[in-house]
Amino acid sequence: MKSLRRVLGLGVCTLVLFGILYPLAMVGIGKAMPKSSAGNPIIRNGQLVGFEQIGQSFTSPGYFWGRPSAVDYDASSTGGSNLGPTNPELMVLVRERIGSLVNSNPGLKIAEIPVELITASGSGLDPHISKQGALIQINRISKARSIDPKRVHELVESYSEKSLLGLFGPSDNVNVLKINLALDELTVSN
Amino acid sequence: MNTEILGVILIFLLSVGLAWPLGKYMVKVFGGQKTWTDFLSPLERLIFKLSGIDPDQPMDWKQNLKALLGINVFFFLFAFLALVFQGAHPFWNPVNIGNWEPTLAFNTAVSFTTNTNLQHYSGETGASYFTQLLVFCWLQFVSAGTGIAACALLFQGLKNRRGTNLGNFYNLMVKSCTRVLLPLAVVLAVILMINGTTSNFEGLSQVTTLEGQTVQVAGGPTAPMVAIKQLGTNGGGYFGPNSTHPFENPNYLTNIAENVAIILIPMALVFAFGFFMDRKKLAMMFFGIMSLLFVGFATISISEELKGNPAFTEMGIANGQSNMEGKEVRFGAAASSLWGVSTTATSNGSVNSMHDSHTPLSGGIFMLDMFINAVYGGVGVGFINFFLFVIVAVFIAGQMIGRTPGLFGKKIEAKEVKIAALVVILHPFLILVGTAMASYGLVQDPSLGWLNNPSFHGFSEMLYENTSASANNGSGFEGLGDNTPFWNVLTGIIMLLARYIPIIGPLAIVGSLSAKNPVPVTAGSLQLESPAFGAVLISVIVIVAALAFFPAMVLGPLAEYYTF
Repeated sequence: MKSLRRVLGLGVCTLVLFGILYPLAMVGIGKAMPKSSAGNPIIRNGQLVGFEQIGQSFTSPGYFWGRPSAVDYDASSTGGSNLGPTNPELMVLVRERIGSLVNSNPGLKIAEIPVELITASGSGLDPHISKQGALIQINRISKARSIDPKRVHELVESYSEKSLLGLFGPSDNVNVLKINLALDELTVSN
Repeated sequence: MNTEILGVILIFLLSVGLAWPLGKYMVKVFGGQKTWTDFLSPLERLIFKLSGIDPDQPMDWKQNLKALLGINVFFFLFAFLALVFQGAHPFWNPVNIGNWEPTLAFNTAVSFTTNTNLQHYSGETGASYFTQLLVFCWLQFVSAGTGIAACALLFQGLKNRRGTNLGNFYNLMVKSCTRVLLPLAVVLAVILMINGTTSNFEGLSQVTTLEGQTVQVAGGPTAPMVAIKQLGTNGGGYFGPNSTHPFENPNYLTNIAENVAIILIPMALVFAFGFFMDRKKLAMMFFGIMSLLFVGFATISISEELKGNPAFTEMGIANGQSNMEGKEVRFGAAASSLWGVSTTATSNGSVNSMHDSHTPLSGGIFMLDMFINAVYGGVGVGFINFFLFVIVAVFIAGQMIGRTPGLFGKKIEAKEVKIAALVVILHPFLILVGTAMASYGLVQDPSLGWLNNPSFHGFSEMLYENTSASANNGSGFEGLGDNTPFWNVLTGIIMLLARYIPIIGPLAIVGSLSAKNPVPVTAGSLQLESPAFGAVLISVIVIVAALAFFPAMVLGPLAEYYTF
């Protein structure tokens, strides 16, 4: 009987402490940083248009396109393809992606395509592409928006994120949503 | 040097640097010495009072084991009932997610109780806030606390000159949670929140994308959950794709913090062993052996992933690009590989890239890591697993030099060696039998169709799942359609056996050693710190893993590598 009381007592106490008080306290501390603890939402004209680090699907020629997504950027049910490196299905998909990139970006050579643009991310929500992945889309975008390619190029340069402290981790990644928001600003101000 | 490589070196060095003082601190906590966290003692006293526990009561190994198993039964029962009746009550379930199917509930309750966190469900669609916090978040603390407490009992048993008192399990478990896991989790959760990990109860937010589509974005109290999932070598993520999800792991800085958190406590416990026993040199040797394997594995995995997929080069894609399928651009291939090696070495099981899509050798390395299951290892239990290899190595070395094997001034006799050998063999037994059953079932009835990949890689998916269950790891080659009654029951049973037998066996060994009369250490005794013993130990580890698993590795990752 005594050991039953110990088990129940310890079980319920820890349940309250770690299952209720700890997470609630953290949510409370999060209130001190309302923006980041809400996942850095982006509001434009009073409307929620996205979150800084959550990728979105872009298919129109006037926007930078992100990476392929196994869940088509469905942020309510995320995931990767889980295709193995020798899976024939993966090869079919990659060939299709190469084909569609070459078709929609006139003059693009296959050897210029960076690997992230033909592979799906783990989350299905990867917000980034590499700088090279942005550069090869400049011609298409400037034509669709009828703006000077130089200005789009400048945008890519300024939106290429440096690695942490310039020392650690991959460098020159471009956040697709952020640069597309900037593109929209650019065309409006024209 | 390139910044991706610098990043992984930083993660490793930071972990070692932080683990040293943490190890010292944990020894103080185990011994009840003064620490800066003493302000928490009223809270602990309240818990003990409410539960009628005397935290200073000395307990022998059997009493401690009963306490451990008793509280774990409660963990399991509460979790199972909460999942089966998730939809039956209105608490913290804003989108009315329903009850769980019983075999899935069984599997998941076992999974979180045993610190495995194999997830056959998807967090954002299957679990209410009640489930995420009162089942998953809670169990990620107390299951880790169980492991750390078991390890502290083992330390005490090895230190005893002669006596049966191993310490008090309840006291050690509560303090592992409140003094070690909780403060670290608070720090990590704050780092995550500053960087954009959600911490709210917003549920789904409706987003209108730039192209005018409407998308539902799932959020939630992610930061507190991710913090403890990493620190307690749990790995149970808030979202389906775990720490690849930008809300769980928003940028490279959080990736560093989370990766350090994965290996921090397992590393610290090795140092803690040295401080506790006052055998720092021996602890350094153990740490050296583990690190040798760890760095070796990381090097192979990183170089394979950086080489990329040769099939893409044949299609005309430029050479020298990493394998990015299943990976995130913000982490890159090197940090994804280091994470993969960290999470499989420590039985954590969280992922920041999809292991199923790694190149064959890298995926094979992850499995090898879990076969050994003692390269730092899970919190507490990793060191316990390593201790078993030490017993076997001491026995073999004793045979070689023709003396009665001894450890810390105690004779190792037939009883201890038998227990150690049986527990060491259990791991390959569970993995190989499980994989054989699954393969047989699939060959008999191909319409089961649970593989996402054909050929050798498909076999690897089944091998990985069983290995992950037996190593209490919880990561997966997630292409496997594993939410079926067969997989739920099979891996559920494997997780239970693989968790508790390797705790019971070693506790029995130290219980027996602790009660023995010490024998004087002489010049003729085996020198544990000697390089010769180090060589024997590392051979035992490698041979046990290689011999038992080599055939399975040949059929899976190695065969795929040669067709790659």
